[in-house]
Amino acid sequence: MAKPIDEITWQELGIGAVVTEIGNSVQYKTGSWRSERPVVKKEHCIKCGVCWLFCPDMSIVQTPEGHFTANLEFCKGCGICAKECPVGCITMQGEEA
Amino acid sequence: MSEIGKGRKGIEVSIAMADAVAQADVDVIAAYPITPQTHIVEHLADIVANGELDAEFVPVESEHSAMSVCCGSAAVGARTFTSTSSQGLALMSEIFIIAAAMRLPMVMALANRSLSSPLSIWNDHTDVMMVRDAGWIHFFVENGQEAYDGIFNAFRMSEDPGVMLPVAVNLDGFIMTHMVEPVEYVDGELIKKYLPEFKMKNALHPDNPVSMGCFAMPEIYTEAQMSREVGIKDAYPTIVKAWDEWGALTGRHYKPIETYRTDDADYCIITMGSFGETAMEVADMLREEGEKVGVVKIRLWRPFPMEEFRKSVLGKKYLIVLDRAISFGSQGGPVAMELRSALYGQKDAPVVVNYVAGLAGRDVSRKDFRNIILEGKKKAVSGHTDGFTLYGLRG
Repeated sequence: MAKPIDEITWQELGIGAVVTEIGNSVQYKTGSWRSERPVVKKEHCIKCGVCWLFCPDMSIVQTPEGHFTANLEFCKGCGICAKECPVGCITMQGEEA
Repeated sequence: MSEIGKGRKGIEVSIAMADAVAQADVDVIAAYPITPQTHIVEHLADIVANGELDAEFVPVESEHSAMSVCCGSAAVGARTFTSTSSQGLALMSEIFIIAAAMRLPMVMALANRSLSSPLSIWNDHTDVMMVRDAGWIHFFVENGQEAYDGIFNAFRMSEDPGVMLPVAVNLDGFIMTHMVEPVEYVDGELIKKYLPEFKMKNALHPDNPVSMGCFAMPEIYTEAQMSREVGIKDAYPTIVKAWDEWGALTGRHYKPIETYRTDDADYCIITMGSFGETAMEVADMLREEGEKVGVVKIRLWRPFPMEEFRKSVLGKKYLIVLDRAISFGSQGGPVAMELRSALYGQKDAPVVVNYVAGLAGRDVSRKDFRNIILEGKKKAVSGHTDGFTLYGLRG
């Protein structure tokens, strides 16, 4: 998209809101309604990838060191990763805190 | 192109409509049979099966699927037709709305019939009023010729690159669908001149991929709705032009608002659909008795022709609006509500009296029209104009 989604005017939308540009969903940030975020204690992470497997929104990414962390532009804060982590290294923290 | 020739024929209106669809050289027809639309799609199935029309006829398992097929075929730029009625429209309503929102051109013959319950197969306008706000272009026809002509007009409007909206040709079930009437057919040359090849902008194609019907965040949904609102309002001049050019080619002229003996009328009866023909006859009868009554017929329902409507009635003393549906718990009939809203705050606005009649095919005779017009006038004069009257109600 040439412009961020919250700057596009109705005139700039194509007829029927057809999207003619390919692969722009990565620019469509959907993490804004999260009330809690997952915080990973790297020193306890065993790099098992269970959080990555269970994330329903594919928002867990692997860092170059092999740890797992949440992509906060898409993470909705559901807490499944924290619940499923076998070593309890993920905690949910309030966004306001 | 089908070999259906020109000339005047005595023919069932449904068959004439199906012939028009074939003459318009439609590519895809997807429909599920439902009374009283049945003869339209049955005849099209025959024409395709006989090899008279090179089109895909998709005999789907439900109306929801019918409209889904239509959306798919319109999205690749195929000329698309469907037809339904009442419960069928209710079942397809989810995708019906999406067709307009995604700006997919197609034409539907909507054989207007009452909604269950109680179960009824007969005519009124409860089905079309259910989808009033879906964003389709809706117009009404009131005889066989208009139904036949309306198919060509509708394709022309729908597929215009500046319009790109689905169009419903509304016709009263049974009262029109099953009537044998004289219909003047047009020839292929005229159709070729009138109806250009459909070229869908951004049609689905592997060489030029696009995404349709995407997810929208609150940040963009409002803008998408405005685009639809402007789109249907901007369609208005094209709709008028489609009728004007048809008039020039055939001598049969159609307008968004039709008037009959209104110039010197003190008051008017307002109808939509097949009520209009009886209304004109009764107006003639009442004129002979000295009643200065005229008839205003709403042909184009969406986009509503606000200015033309106002022009046709401002300065009249009162309007008697005849509806064929009730918006339960409101002022009454959807047409009267629309007109009251269009007139509110206008200088020289007439008083509106609303009647609802002809529900589920109950006959409304010339005598009934006469009663409605004269009673309605009395109500207007005495100021009893709130709400509506259910004409012929027992108890």
